[in-house]
Amino acid sequence: MSVWLIGAIKSLVVVVMVLQLSAFLLWIERKGSALIQNRLGANRAHIFGVVPFNLGFLNTLVADPVKLFTKEDFVPAGSDRFLHALAPFMALFPAIITFAAIPFGDSIRVAGRTIDLQAVHLDVGLLYILAMVSMGVYGVVIAGWASNNRWALLGSIRGSAQMISYELAMGLALVCVVLTYGSVDLQAIVRDQGRTLYGVVPAWGVLYQPVAFVLIFIAGMAESKRVPFDIPEAESELISGYFTEYSGGKQAAFMLADFAEVVLVAGLVTTLFFGGWQVPWLTAQGWKFPGAELISLSPWTVTILQVAAFSVKVLFFCWLQILIRWTVPRFRYDQLMNLGWKRMMPIALANVVITAAVILVWGRAA
Amino acid sequence: MFYPLAAVTVVSALAVITARNPVRSAMALVATLASLAVCFVALGAHLVAALQIIVYAGAVMVLFLFVIMLLNVQEDPHEGGRTGLKVAAAAIGAALAALFGTVLLRGGGSVEGAWPAGFGTTRALARVLFGDYLVAFELTSVLLLVAVVGAVVLARHDSDESDPGEVEEPQ
Repeated sequence: MSVWLIGAIKSLVVVVMVLQLSAFLLWIERKGSALIQNRLGANRAHIFGVVPFNLGFLNTLVADPVKLFTKEDFVPAGSDRFLHALAPFMALFPAIITFAAIPFGDSIRVAGRTIDLQAVHLDVGLLYILAMVSMGVYGVVIAGWASNNRWALLGSIRGSAQMISYELAMGLALVCVVLTYGSVDLQAIVRDQGRTLYGVVPAWGVLYQPVAFVLIFIAGMAESKRVPFDIPEAESELISGYFTEYSGGKQAAFMLADFAEVVLVAGLVTTLFFGGWQVPWLTAQGWKFPGAELISLSPWTVTILQVAAFSVKVLFFCWLQILIRWTVPRFRYDQLMNLGWKRMMPIALANVVITAAVILVWGRAA
Repeated sequence: MFYPLAAVTVVSALAVITARNPVRSAMALVATLASLAVCFVALGAHLVAALQIIVYAGAVMVLFLFVIMLLNVQEDPHEGGRTGLKVAAAAIGAALAALFGTVLLRGGGSVEGAWPAGFGTTRALARVLFGDYLVAFELTSVLLLVAVVGAVVLARHDSDESDPGEVEEPQ
């Protein structure tokens, strides 16, 4: 019974964290874009004129959801009502459950029981993530098709073509990662990054696989369909792409799914290339700086530091994606396809061959 | 655990063949494949489940949907269908049902006991696949490669003939 309870609590924590972070990112994006475009951004939340400082984030965290969920839920004539209602959930659901496999801390011992700080410890973690990411396409495809709108359909066709194309490069880059660590278990991959090179440099994955990092980051951004990869939405060409015909809560679900994917890409890159929850030189006993004595820390302090490190890294990559989004213009369709198929695919393939050859000759790093 | 899963699988499989609309039918097939994957998880075969989702639900069905959407296949207006086909389908269905029924009644499908250690893990499955069945695995990959190359050749052949750049010189 307690096993189920622990699992339920962990799942709840992960889901709530992801949803909160997604909503919070919306505010960060509004303020961030304002910063980049030399505007003030969301700043109309001086409650009754009493609160002296700006509470702009209340807009996005409280006022926006209330507004969206009380709006009329419009369904266009001639649409497939059932699939139209199903599509937002098909977009949101895979994005959220993917986090189940991402570890956010080492295992801790509570009352004689070892608890993994990860919603589910999956032996096939990386493949599970790949599977769930590929399921995200259906939300886009069905949304466009069920709307009975040509722009929406065009958007969904573009979206699915783009996601399928970039999944390929992503899969090949993930092969390199698997070759490097010799495992598809994400917790094992993170533990492996706790070593140091020459006793000084933390052996994070980005040092072994810089090319795979860039490929997965780009492909991940393409999967989340945001600028510069927002061809499926392309508001200057397709109104709003595949979710043109959505309003109210359903539109909010699409927005949330987009941000959940941003968080997912950040979490994945952190886990695979930037040590996940590893803090440099922090061991289970305490901090062991190179050339210095061990600073003993209690297990709880270590765990809190690890979770904090993971959160900081994820936030950094979320911010990086927002920064890229507001800096780079949208790709043209042929540029997008050329980048995916003619640049990233061959590079990813070459990376696989080189990685395999290096491991064959010199053996694995660990 | 098994019965709710089986119920979902069977209901969505029925929806595949009863849905009039091809897109709904395809989505029901996705649901069938996904719930089959959950069945694999319940059986301890996590890797097979992940591959089932990646290959069938994630890749093959997306292409199905793509083709259905691009060709703009309409709802099937036919109420009936060819009588011969119906008879053949009924006969084959009855034969299969009889086969499964016999196996079930004889209890041939029941397995007792716990899973051996490491069952269904990536390592265990990889050992079998790339050890015991390496030749079969490689032959399958060659077969798939031939199919891919064949598809590309067929597609290119069509475009070559209609290519205005290669107009024959007038005699």
